[in-house]
Amino acid sequence: MRRLTLALLGAALVAFPVVAQQQQKQQAPEAAQQSSPQAESEPTLPKHAWSFDGPFGTYDRASVQRGFQIYSEVCSQCHSMNLLHYRDLGPNGPGGGVGYSEEEVKAIAATPFINGKQVTDGPNDQGEMFQRPGRPYDKFISPFDNPEQAAATYGAVPPDLSLIIKARAGGPDYVYALLTGYKDPPPGFKLGPGNMNYDEYFPGHQIAMPPPLTDDRVTYQDGTKATIDQEARDITNFLAWASEPTMEERKRTGVKVLIFLLFMTGVLYAAKRKIWLDVH
Amino acid sequence: MADTAQPRPMDAHIHDPASRRDFLIIAASTLTGIGAAITVWPLIDSMEPAKDTLALSTIEVDLAPVQLGQRLTVKWRGKPVFIDHRTPEEIKAADSVDVASLRDPQPDSARVKKAEWLILVGVCTHLGCVPLGQKSTDPRGDYGGWFCPCHGSQYDTSGRIRQGPAPKNLEVPAYEFASDGKVKIG
Amino acid sequence: MAAPRSQSKIVRWIDHRLPVFTFMEHELNEYPTPRNLSYWWNFGSLSGIMLVIMIVTGIFLAMQYTPHVNYAFDSVERIMRDVNYGWLMRYLHMNGASFFFILVYIHLFRGLFYGSYKAPRELLWMLGVVILLLMMATAFMGYVLPWGQMSFWGATVITNLFSAIPGVGQDIVTWLWGGFAVDNPTLNRFYSLHYLLPFIIVAVVGLHLIALHQHGSGNPLGIDSKGPQDSIPFHPYYTVKDMFGLGVFLIVYAAFVFYMPNALGDPQNYVQANPLQTPPEIVPEWYFLPFYAMLRSVPDILFVQAKLAGVIAMFSSIFVLFFLPWLDTSRVRSAHFRPVYKWVFWLLLLDVIMLGWVGAHRPDLPAFHIFGHPITYISIGQIGTLYYFFHFLVLFPLIGWFERPLPLPTSIAATVMPKGGGPLAGAARPMEKH
Repeated sequence: MRRLTLALLGAALVAFPVVAQQQQKQQAPEAAQQSSPQAESEPTLPKHAWSFDGPFGTYDRASVQRGFQIYSEVCSQCHSMNLLHYRDLGPNGPGGGVGYSEEEVKAIAATPFINGKQVTDGPNDQGEMFQRPGRPYDKFISPFDNPEQAAATYGAVPPDLSLIIKARAGGPDYVYALLTGYKDPPPGFKLGPGNMNYDEYFPGHQIAMPPPLTDDRVTYQDGTKATIDQEARDITNFLAWASEPTMEERKRTGVKVLIFLLFMTGVLYAAKRKIWLDVH
Repeated sequence: MADTAQPRPMDAHIHDPASRRDFLIIAASTLTGIGAAITVWPLIDSMEPAKDTLALSTIEVDLAPVQLGQRLTVKWRGKPVFIDHRTPEEIKAADSVDVASLRDPQPDSARVKKAEWLILVGVCTHLGCVPLGQKSTDPRGDYGGWFCPCHGSQYDTSGRIRQGPAPKNLEVPAYEFASDGKVKIG
Repeated sequence: MAAPRSQSKIVRWIDHRLPVFTFMEHELNEYPTPRNLSYWWNFGSLSGIMLVIMIVTGIFLAMQYTPHVNYAFDSVERIMRDVNYGWLMRYLHMNGASFFFILVYIHLFRGLFYGSYKAPRELLWMLGVVILLLMMATAFMGYVLPWGQMSFWGATVITNLFSAIPGVGQDIVTWLWGGFAVDNPTLNRFYSLHYLLPFIIVAVVGLHLIALHQHGSGNPLGIDSKGPQDSIPFHPYYTVKDMFGLGVFLIVYAAFVFYMPNALGDPQNYVQANPLQTPPEIVPEWYFLPFYAMLRSVPDILFVQAKLAGVIAMFSSIFVLFFLPWLDTSRVRSAHFRPVYKWVFWLLLLDVIMLGWVGAHRPDLPAFHIFGHPITYISIGQIGTLYYFFHFLVLFPLIGWFERPLPLPTSIAATVMPKGGGPLAGAARPMEKH
């Protein structure tokens, strides 16, 4: 009986996280299934290896910096990242930043994104609000003042990207697949009104965002060749970092905690057996 | 259980089951204690100023718009900072005071890096009010500096206490002049 | 009542005025505990420790959180990014809620299997059910605080349930909301109550422990202690065993907190609450899924509308637990000696897990097909809900009456000690009377 119980517990302990992960990964196709119950079987999300996967994963800082360049020159036209500050990119940022120095961060903050907006500050001594370039402690400047303005300009509200990797089932695989999943609609598929685009992996297959990436859309500062695939990887890496900049600290601490706990539990087990000798 | 009547050799205690059991208990208890302490540390550390607070702990002020004789107030770490572009008369007045006679003796040279720029934390050292004197219409007291309306403390053109209940001179924060005409405070 | 053995003057001074040391001495060194407790008896102390962890992490999170609809979501992300170890406190608290329920559910099922709810422990059991209810209320309100999409919409759906109450239902809902929808007044009051309830749980846990100590713990054999040979002092035996169990638990907990912190959550809650856009599926946290399944499975019954019937079914599923001591007519406590009930217990566990699985899916979708016929989640849920009530209201009393239990051992010591406890120790005796 005891052995059976232990075996069941062990199986549950192993199965539980595996099932939980599977649940997460499968939620994207299920959501698609629900909106069109008569559609053919949805494509499963292709899985990729990311540098931050696994218990020892880290962010590829070179890729994250390239991804930031893409955000700055492409995505920030329409997408805000309201939870990030410029200082997050530097050495005082959460998780230690993405490798820029304090001087570079100051320069990045002062340079507008592709949307050209500045920080609204004030009121000044005359009681007026005024525009000024960014500073390290400012949030990333948003392309629009409020969601209503975005909806009026683009038809739909482009979601804020600060947490997008954690806010979508499938996480980085989903974002990468979406960005590289634009194609012509299959025969018989009618696109809705208002310049919709067909995407393989977006739930419902119709997305308002036009394909944002093309080959050589940006010229990378480090000279890497900017194919769509490379750009998609880099922006996904950047967005993954942005969703959880403290991930590396979390995993590092986890190693220390688990080693300590394993050791402590081992000693406690020995103590328990010793103390219980005269009972058994 | 054990026959304790006979004396045992000195190193027998290592193999004595009772002693080994004590060692295990001590080891287990110590590890648990260490575990508890390790757990407490992050909680206490979380109360330290967070990154956004620390980011505002240093500010840069552009000095170009501050004319000669003008005074500017900026906010730093939640408090006002007085930036005074001193005139030569004010500097002379500050220098010609007998330092030994001051309540909080400090020569003017010890309180400025560049004589024309006086940078002070605008909080009265008595009980924390913000002294008047920054606006041209404000009273400045008898010494040309600042006047605290709460209890009548008066500061001179170097921000030193001359009259009234305040015990110390107005605090000079850590600051550095940058090459581009800005000063970095904090 | 033994005086503390300590000769320290300070200890005796305090103890003479407030007998904490005598109390500790009694509870730890003298309190008799059955010598045969298995690891299934660790889950009570583990739950207690989990409560402490939740309160401590919660208090430190509360130092940094802002309970206003415009700031709540951002304040949680500030904790995750800017506050030193904020990510750790948040993930500990978030996963701690899940693990608290895992521990308490195991503790509850331990009680079901070993008859821990039977005389003289009825009140002990009922206090436990009260704790479970308080935990559910606390967890529900806590989940609203980050103000994500699931926070908002889960709160909207569940508070709307009260409108099913005939007549005053909508007024009650307006009163709960403090407005005409879930909004800032709702968030603020949920924060206040979420901070309060855990301390009420602490008080009820205190009562739970006092009730426990009246008659002591049950044990896997389900038979009473016959004398000192059946017991051992709590300290050091069960203190060290509990500590070891804690170590094992912390390893699993840490594995989730540090390596799979979002596995038990919903990605939708990383999207800020939008009252104008409902997410594709509204799903509560996993520990509410079986109840959610019951809520959504019940159809119109006679003159009662499905919504109200579902609410009644959901609350009844917990209220029925209060009456277990009287629903179960068996005179034998432990399922080890109840061959029929033993299998039925596993059926219940499977049923609850199945209901949980049902609760995670949209009710009208097919779960699978049999010979081309779709079997929807709602129909599986209906079967599961029916079985749940059938189990407690019908099977419990019937099995107790008709079952022939196995012969009980004479004493705990007889079973545990290799040489037995006496000349007649091994012989089977007729069923004990309680």
